[in-house]
Amino acid sequence: MQRAHPVITVKNLVKNYNGFEAVKGISFEVYEGEIFGLLGPNGAGKTTTLEIIETLREKTAGEVMVDEMNIEKDANEIKKVIGVQLQAAGYYPSLTLTELIKLFCGLYNVNVDAMQMLKTVGLEEKAKAKYKELSGGQKQRFSIATTLINQPKIIFLDEPTTGLDPQARRNLWELIRKIRDKGSTVVLTTHYMDEAENLCDRVAIIERGKIIAMDTPDKLIDHLISSGFERKKEVKKANLEDVFLNLTGHEWRDE
Amino acid sequence: MSNHKKYSQPKAMFAIAKASFRSITRSPSAVVFTLAFPMIFILVFGFIGGGGFRISVGVMSTSDKNNPVYSALEKMPNIKMVTAEKNAELVHNLERGNIDALVSINAPQISRPEYVVDLKTSAASPERGNMLKLILENIISKMNLDEAHLKGEMVQLVQQEVEGRKFKTIDFILPGQLGFSLLSAGVFGTAFVFFNLRQTLVLKRFFATPIQRPYIILGEAIARMVFALLGAIFIISIGYFAFGFTLIHGFSTALMMLALSAIGLIVFMGFGFIVSGIANSESTIPPLANIITLPQFLLSGTFFSIEAFPSWLQPICKILPLTYLNDAMRKVAFEGQEFSEISTHLLIIAAWGVAAYAAAFKTFRWE
Repeated sequence: MQRAHPVITVKNLVKNYNGFEAVKGISFEVYEGEIFGLLGPNGAGKTTTLEIIETLREKTAGEVMVDEMNIEKDANEIKKVIGVQLQAAGYYPSLTLTELIKLFCGLYNVNVDAMQMLKTVGLEEKAKAKYKELSGGQKQRFSIATTLINQPKIIFLDEPTTGLDPQARRNLWELIRKIRDKGSTVVLTTHYMDEAENLCDRVAIIERGKIIAMDTPDKLIDHLISSGFERKKEVKKANLEDVFLNLTGHEWRDE
Repeated sequence: MSNHKKYSQPKAMFAIAKASFRSITRSPSAVVFTLAFPMIFILVFGFIGGGGFRISVGVMSTSDKNNPVYSALEKMPNIKMVTAEKNAELVHNLERGNIDALVSINAPQISRPEYVVDLKTSAASPERGNMLKLILENIISKMNLDEAHLKGEMVQLVQQEVEGRKFKTIDFILPGQLGFSLLSAGVFGTAFVFFNLRQTLVLKRFFATPIQRPYIILGEAIARMVFALLGAIFIISIGYFAFGFTLIHGFSTALMMLALSAIGLIVFMGFGFIVSGIANSESTIPPLANIITLPQFLLSGTFFSIEAFPSWLQPICKILPLTYLNDAMRKVAFEGQEFSEISTHLLIIAAWGVAAYAAAFKTFRWE
């Protein structure tokens, strides 16, 4: 993997909330064209870090550059080149998906074919459905569709697969890989290790506002094994999720 | 990258306005408050108001109906004769004020008086009873005079009615209802929409796009304005075409009313922003919004003239912004006054606007 071009640079980032230190001086880089994962348990500071990079939250200290722009000075320029999926973002509930896509076209000053956009996330049949009529997984997919409208250089996904069934998760991974393959850089947060292992090129593990490890999933695992770690039970060639998916199929479920 | 062109904030703002307008038209509460609610009051008062003054007179079943007094009464335009009921029922209805008086006239006698008109009135409806008494006295004295064959009258009454515009119930009710619909749309609509947009993170998602914050508010405000003005056009049209609402200079008067509606809505939206800012949960919005709207609903001359209130209430009536909006609407629509003539009204409304937005800026929360 080429390490040439960092598209996000975070240096000594600190965030305090009324005396509570949520982020305690973290530094990392995200390279162009990779899928970068911020891993960690709930409350570790993943979302805070992400929202500071997305220019949605003020930082307390440190320096953050996105696509060679400073988040303090160029927030509005940065917003034009990023796509943001928020944890539990809402949309006008009584508008149809087509109408909402058109709204975001206006917000980004671009023209895209709404149907084509919905097709990328497998929602073309729901084009005329209202947002409030969608299931949880469909809402999540729609939310990702809105991040693609401005053909962003970087896409941020905050826990994109939380609450989804195994089929939806697998298909969403597929979609995220496709987005990366089309040239976007993807930064996501998750607390599912299988997701990080399957999807991410590199991960940073955050614990209580600090990065405690950062590398490719493979190297992190190798490192652990070389230190003498062994699983208590020999792993079989398949797990229960494989059984489940084998029995129930891989296609999107519209609950 | 397709971002070579300069980013246009107005374009993004109109995208929000369009989406928000669609959202409003699909919200049952907005449609009910802006259209249905005022229409119901206008319909009810429009039909009640048409009737005018009317006296119902019960005729006892024993009464003779083929005499000149009876036929003269029957011909009076404001008198409705009730003949189909039994005597006991008539007395019962008189006591309850359902009919205003009872008459019984005997069959002609050979000796004088030929006719005796027996009139029963009730404390339940004293004015109409007295009115009927005067009418009867008039009929009777005319008949007595005719009988006396007097040549020339000693006193003659000449009445002239001065030409005047007829102030109909709808001329009072419609401006009040329009004003109140703007108040509730401004306060409830704005409060709920901004609270919900904030709560459901719609606003946060907008923040992640290049639109600047003031344009988000402007876009939402434009949508509400367009919807409220369409509602005003609808209310004024129904009033004008179906109930003869007076638009003294026609179309230009309607335009002035719309301009007043816009001014009123802007001020009332300020109150809505305050409510959305201080409400901690969705369920605290209705009580907070009602604190602003209910007193004005009752005390701002929406249904009855504020002159009808006791004198200790009048000072309160005379500080409320809706009082001035309602009054300004009536002055424009019925008396044909220009904006320069209602400048005091406009100034007081504007002062409320300044106060409301000053408070709104203090309390407004984005997240």
